[in-house]
Amino acid sequence: MKKMKKALSIVMTAALTMSLAVGCGSKDAGGSSTGDAETIKIGGIGPLTGGAAIYGQDVKGGAEIAVQEINEAGGINGYQVELNFQDDEHDAEKAVNAYNNLKDWGMQALLGTVTSAPCIAVGEVAYEDNMFLLTPSGTAVDCVKYDNAFRVCFSDPTQGVESAKYIGDNGLASKVAVIYDNSDVYSSGIYEAFAKEAENQDFEIVSTATFTGESNTDFSVQIQKAKDAGAELVFLPFYYSQAALVLQQAAGMGYSPIFFGCDGMDGILGVEGFEAELANNLMFLSPFTPTAEDPKVQDFVKKFEEEYGHTPNQFAADAYDGIYAIKAAMEEADIKPDASSSDVCDAMKEAIVKIEIEGVTAKSLTWDASGEPSKEPMVVKIADGDYAVVE
Amino acid sequence: MKKIKKMNKTTKSNFITYLMVIVIYLAVQAMSMTGNLSSLMKGLLIPLCAYVILAVSLNLTVGILGELSLGHAGFMCVGAFSSAFFSKCMVDVIPSSGLRFFLAILLGTAMAGLFGFLIGIPVLRLKGDYLAIVTLAFGEIIKNIMNLLFIGKDSAGFHFSTKDSMSLGLKEGGTVIINGPQGITGTPRDSTFTIGVILILITLFIVLNLINSRSGRAIMAIRDNRIAAESVGIDITKYKLMAFSISAALAGSAGVLYAHNLATLNAQPKNFGYNMSIMILVFVVLGGIGNIRGSIIAAIVLTLLPELLRGLNDYRMLIYAVVLIVMMLFNWSPKAIEWRKRIMVKIRPGKKKDEKEAA
Repeated sequence: MKKMKKALSIVMTAALTMSLAVGCGSKDAGGSSTGDAETIKIGGIGPLTGGAAIYGQDVKGGAEIAVQEINEAGGINGYQVELNFQDDEHDAEKAVNAYNNLKDWGMQALLGTVTSAPCIAVGEVAYEDNMFLLTPSGTAVDCVKYDNAFRVCFSDPTQGVESAKYIGDNGLASKVAVIYDNSDVYSSGIYEAFAKEAENQDFEIVSTATFTGESNTDFSVQIQKAKDAGAELVFLPFYYSQAALVLQQAAGMGYSPIFFGCDGMDGILGVEGFEAELANNLMFLSPFTPTAEDPKVQDFVKKFEEEYGHTPNQFAADAYDGIYAIKAAMEEADIKPDASSSDVCDAMKEAIVKIEIEGVTAKSLTWDASGEPSKEPMVVKIADGDYAVVE
Repeated sequence: MKKIKKMNKTTKSNFITYLMVIVIYLAVQAMSMTGNLSSLMKGLLIPLCAYVILAVSLNLTVGILGELSLGHAGFMCVGAFSSAFFSKCMVDVIPSSGLRFFLAILLGTAMAGLFGFLIGIPVLRLKGDYLAIVTLAFGEIIKNIMNLLFIGKDSAGFHFSTKDSMSLGLKEGGTVIINGPQGITGTPRDSTFTIGVILILITLFIVLNLINSRSGRAIMAIRDNRIAAESVGIDITKYKLMAFSISAALAGSAGVLYAHNLATLNAQPKNFGYNMSIMILVFVVLGGIGNIRGSIIAAIVLTLLPELLRGLNDYRMLIYAVVLIVMMLFNWSPKAIEWRKRIMVKIRPGKKKDEKEAA
């Protein structure tokens, strides 16, 4: 027994030493690559495995298409771009590990992270390191609280406020019900802003019902509550996969109010087994619709479908625009592959507020020093089984 | 040298364990000073300390007390949230990060210990599988309560709610400290590797001394034969609760370390749910139930492994699982143990005699 333990400890210690050595090895490689490499290195972080994997994978796909296009067109400032996308499993601790790994690789700017909580944790470390961070889809307010962090998407409060304003201004309803996921940062963030803004609008929130990420298949109780309260409009600030179930179950109960969602609703028509006619009269705020007639969007959607076999959602579009924003800012700041990430950050912080890009999520996309993008939200309405933009 | 030889076997073994931690610490520090440590490794140091403490503390429950607990992450969660809450409130009041963190550790540990004690009273009346399931449930309850809790602070004091942050009714200038599912953001990042290693050493000191104390022998007697232990007058409830609360308190200190290493803290299945509890149990089982040194090594190896496999991209988690299975087989399958013994005899034949005498 004793001997075996000894052998075990030797094996384990050897493994440990090896792993340390491996760690160092990769550092050396990273160190040299920032020195004399010929490519500009952009890191990406998002959940590629686990429950939130669909968002991370779409971001990765969108970013890869943008990088491919840029490289075919001659790169940034004449240098090819390399994208290294790391998995964070939608976990703050793993996201910081992924970030450190990318730093060893020689990352000069970061596109990420995809989800909010990991983004806040990475943002803190990135601020200490002075690393430029552009999150495609981290919607929580704190994601961009430092001056080195910017985002492509709207923040949670913006979406909540805009939704409430739209409903109020257009007189869509006087009695509104809300169903939201109180275990989700995105959903509860929007709800809180929505409820605050609702006080200034001439409609009333008559019922509020919640669900959690662990019980998101049966919504009959929540729908019944909205129905009993006589709500004419139900606000659903969460993702399309659950929203599809809400719509199906509401139809089954013979309840057909106006449904209103946020950007997470995008993609609902792609849910398998979902009858498109159920979604008639569904409205949502979205910066991106795959059926928009803009040739730029059409081109992006076509490429994405060819590459990955499904229609891109707004995450992919945000990532695509994010890479182009990094490109524009790098060109403005004249970034070279040998620049250290801290210099890149200082230069890009200045540059990003000067640029304006035409992206797939907005005709004109600009940033201010707070890190928030300025772009027009669009309201999309589903009619006859297809998305249509409401002017 | 003579002194070392004179030491009894347990003291020597404990000594090796302490020495191993200190040697690893010095080696890492030396590498860090000379700039040989990658950012990835630097970032992993504090989580590694937290996981080592968790593994050692769970080994106290599983290996020494002999009860299977699946709620260990819950105690870590209590320690993490209570200490992060404290640090966030006190960040302006106590500017010295050292003192603040010291108090946070004390508070986190005490809170987790208290929860361990309270939960232990009903839970330890059960045995075996039943106990495992009930601890699992308690771990989940703790996690879910943290997801429900909204606490804010303004000039009038603290406000509590379980609905949403608006119902706190904060005045102008008030801040939400625990924001339900969004947890606590902006915890000061006070954890350092040195503090982590000191906590490991304290944990080892407590656990190893407990094992070899009168109380420790009583606890092991309960594990080995409850009826016999009771018949010689050992207070079963007292010693069980003692081991369980100490184990919970130490897990709480790991939680403090974890919380002060990240700027965000929210209770998700991944970090404070049963996934984490089972992860810690895997460390303990791989390292050997009741084997404290094994727990340390297993925690280090299994935490490092998925990070070092990042180069494999999509296959990372698959390879991790395969490696885990292989390691389990190599360490604990009877055939593998037999094979290793044969190899060891071939390499060091002289030692065989000592072994027999020792056995």
